[in-house]
Amino acid sequence: MTQIPVQQLGRTLQIEILRHNPRDPDSVPHLQTFEVEEADAMTLFIALNEIRETQDPSLQFDFVCRAGICGSCGMIINGRPGLACRTLTHQLPQRITLAPLPAFELIGDLSVNTGKWMRGMSERLETWVHRQDLEQSDLDSLEAPMEPQLAEQLYELERCIECGCCIAACGTAQMREDFVGAVGLNQITRFRLDPRDERSDAQFYELVGDETGVFGCMTLLGCEDMCPKDLPLATQIAFLRRRMVMAG
Amino acid sequence: MHTIYTDVLVIGGGLAGQRAAIGARRRGQEVIVLSLVPAKRSHSAAAQGGMQASLGNCLGGAGDNEDIHFADTVRGSDWGADQEVVRMFAHTAPKAIRELAAWGVPWNRVERGEREITVDGKKQTIREADAAHGLITSRNFGGTQKWRACYVSDGTGHAMLYTMSNQAIAAGIPVHERMEALALIHADGRCHGAIVRNLMSGELVAYVARATCIATGGFGRIYRVSTNAVINEGMGAAIALETGVAALGNMEAIQFHPTGIFPAGILVTEGCRGDGGLLLDGAEHRFMPDYEPEKKELASRDVVSRRMEEHIAAGHGAKTRFGEHLWLDIRLLGAAHIDTKLREVKEICQYFLGVDPVRELIPVRPAQHYSMGGVRTDHHGHSPQLRGLFAVGEAACWDMHGFNRLGGNSVAETVVAGMIVGEAIADFCESPEGALTLSTALVEDFGRREARHLATISDGHGDENAFDLIRRMQETMTAKVGIFRHAERLEEAVSSLQDLQRRSRNISLRSSAAGANPELVAAYRLQRMLKLAQCVAYGALQRTESRGAHYRADFPRRDDANWMRRTLAVWPDAKATLPNLGYEPLDIMRMEIPPGWRGYGARDYIENPQTALRQEQIEAVLATLEGADPETRQAALMPFKHLLPEHLRGPNQRLGEQS
Repeated sequence: MTQIPVQQLGRTLQIEILRHNPRDPDSVPHLQTFEVEEADAMTLFIALNEIRETQDPSLQFDFVCRAGICGSCGMIINGRPGLACRTLTHQLPQRITLAPLPAFELIGDLSVNTGKWMRGMSERLETWVHRQDLEQSDLDSLEAPMEPQLAEQLYELERCIECGCCIAACGTAQMREDFVGAVGLNQITRFRLDPRDERSDAQFYELVGDETGVFGCMTLLGCEDMCPKDLPLATQIAFLRRRMVMAG
Repeated sequence: MHTIYTDVLVIGGGLAGQRAAIGARRRGQEVIVLSLVPAKRSHSAAAQGGMQASLGNCLGGAGDNEDIHFADTVRGSDWGADQEVVRMFAHTAPKAIRELAAWGVPWNRVERGEREITVDGKKQTIREADAAHGLITSRNFGGTQKWRACYVSDGTGHAMLYTMSNQAIAAGIPVHERMEALALIHADGRCHGAIVRNLMSGELVAYVARATCIATGGFGRIYRVSTNAVINEGMGAAIALETGVAALGNMEAIQFHPTGIFPAGILVTEGCRGDGGLLLDGAEHRFMPDYEPEKKELASRDVVSRRMEEHIAAGHGAKTRFGEHLWLDIRLLGAAHIDTKLREVKEICQYFLGVDPVRELIPVRPAQHYSMGGVRTDHHGHSPQLRGLFAVGEAACWDMHGFNRLGGNSVAETVVAGMIVGEAIADFCESPEGALTLSTALVEDFGRREARHLATISDGHGDENAFDLIRRMQETMTAKVGIFRHAERLEEAVSSLQDLQRRSRNISLRSSAAGANPELVAAYRLQRMLKLAQCVAYGALQRTESRGAHYRADFPRRDDANWMRRTLAVWPDAKATLPNLGYEPLDIMRMEIPPGWRGYGARDYIENPQTALRQEQIEAVLATLEGADPETRQAALMPFKHLLPEHLRGPNQRLGEQS
């Protein structure tokens, strides 16, 4: 019979959080430890809300869907980037250290401005279908057919939730602010694969054919290892690099 | 006060808001979108299973058209919907999906030849036509006669939202992220924008606009157990209510989704059952055919959720330390299907339950899911009471869902309504009525009022805790204003909520953190959520019938004689603890489909004498039109195309038809 995961041992979790409020001139980054009684099927979403509601109402963090699909709650969990909402505490040791994702602007405590970064990336790489007649699309007639396998391949790349874990796990992104990262390069491969997008390889080369793009990747594979959606990022980057070498 | 001027202010960055924004932008209007979170993190992304549009490409959808989609939606609504709006919707849905296909959504496609499907617990082999190969396919969903839910695996909302957001970026539409509208600026029945709080700095900013559009989604977080994202607190509907002028429609109409995972309440898609999954009880018996022989697991959500709770109450639930639940069984669909078409479901089960749905059962129980009610609008998404205020998507009561929404009709509504309302907003801005005529003193007044209100909360020395009161509100709603409602419990809920409203004015904050201060945010949202909760509870208490998702155990029949009426709630007195309720009639004599049996659920309802009259009238009209084409016959009964923007009036081509 199926069972809901239940943590039988009554642990007291020690949750150590890297705190800093840049809006407060007196704030200095520091670690603060909170104690939380572990509950059955407890996630970091539940634990952090409990801390905020009962211990420190000023604690900042971001959750939206709390179901692992919106990408809001990326943070460093015991040294590794991941989605806090779907991390069950019983899979972690009793002492848990949480820090904000690096490489993004800090809003406060565990909250970082991934939205601003991702919007900037989208604008720079023009992550949308480029087509002459988009505004005049004939909406009455049958849609253009697409091979079923191609649609599934596109979705495979489109499952990215822009959580920022790949950026936090990327050596290049730590060294150069303007690197578009696996999230950006994956989107380029997605639109390159899409026959609805009329851009040529030469045009894609203009967007990612340098060190801030596909040639900045050092193949450390942190992005793929840390991707919560298990996207084949390293393969996509390697493929794109070959194409861009040919286009360049 | 820092003031930003724009033509159009869209509050909410989900599918509906962004589509309306794109529409207005294309017409040359300057548009700014405000969003609590980065737009791509909006709750639209959580829609999993599909978008209803009657393309009819795959075998299960063959023969589908707008007429059947219309009829399914009206029956789903339990005759609570505005049928003209449903017609506008069903007609535009195929256009919306084709637009999104052109914009980049990787809709799953029909594959020619034989494939195996699961129907009613058994495997069948079907053959898809060669001619349909590569066209958009669809899956089965509850309460529909055809396979009509077009999908992208089970990440449909995610794929739609990313495409929509990317197109909005391409159109150069700014999204001001982490911004929360606190109040609508209005005077003399005209809305002029909003006072907005920056959720990073805490600063107040005025956005002055010719047209303001609420697109903030639902308000599921007034309940303890909800599939909704934590941002779904209904702040858009609440600030419309707080104008004291704009009305909210049918707030008591709350949908409970049959398959929230237990106990977390996270959604697993209706597509699980659409694709052939079954509901089992504690003894692993498939119980739905016992209650609903016609549609079984695929009756509408209100009916299935009620049957599930009824079955649990009869002692057939699976018992755990968290309480009782039922099982969703998708094992029979097989690993290949689950790994490609239900992969988000699989991930959710693995991460939150430690369950592999290929081999194991999924614990489920109904959870609050959707708000049919919202800001009442006309056919064009415009508030009849407050000019210049528009609403679109789940935040609106446009009213295509009535008292129960069909699965897959919500994401469809977002984009369809966005296409229609975006045009209406542009029309308004171009009209003399749309001119910007307010005084800056009015903006300053509203700004000062909001700053004072925040200061009152921050400086409060009461003994109440905001987080504690939110929990009490949520528990009250889940325990007393849930699936089965009763006068006694509703009266208790209304009185508890009144008490909580009084207590919410007596909060003291423990934190004075610089910036947005999450505790302050909780405190001011609580006061607004309590008003919405009271509209739901009080509206439910007054509605002495059962219709769609609103089920009164003490009034178990749908009462067409007395309740062919839409509830309208207004809140003119800020100090009051109850809304003023009014009602507007649903005119049977103008309906294309007069009230009847839905084809599932209860057969017993109280008839309105007008139903028979209208039925006779319809038969008489159709008798004069024998041999006429379906469009002429439809137009003779209930014309609607004049309500659509001109470019959306054309006929929808289907497979095998000439364009």
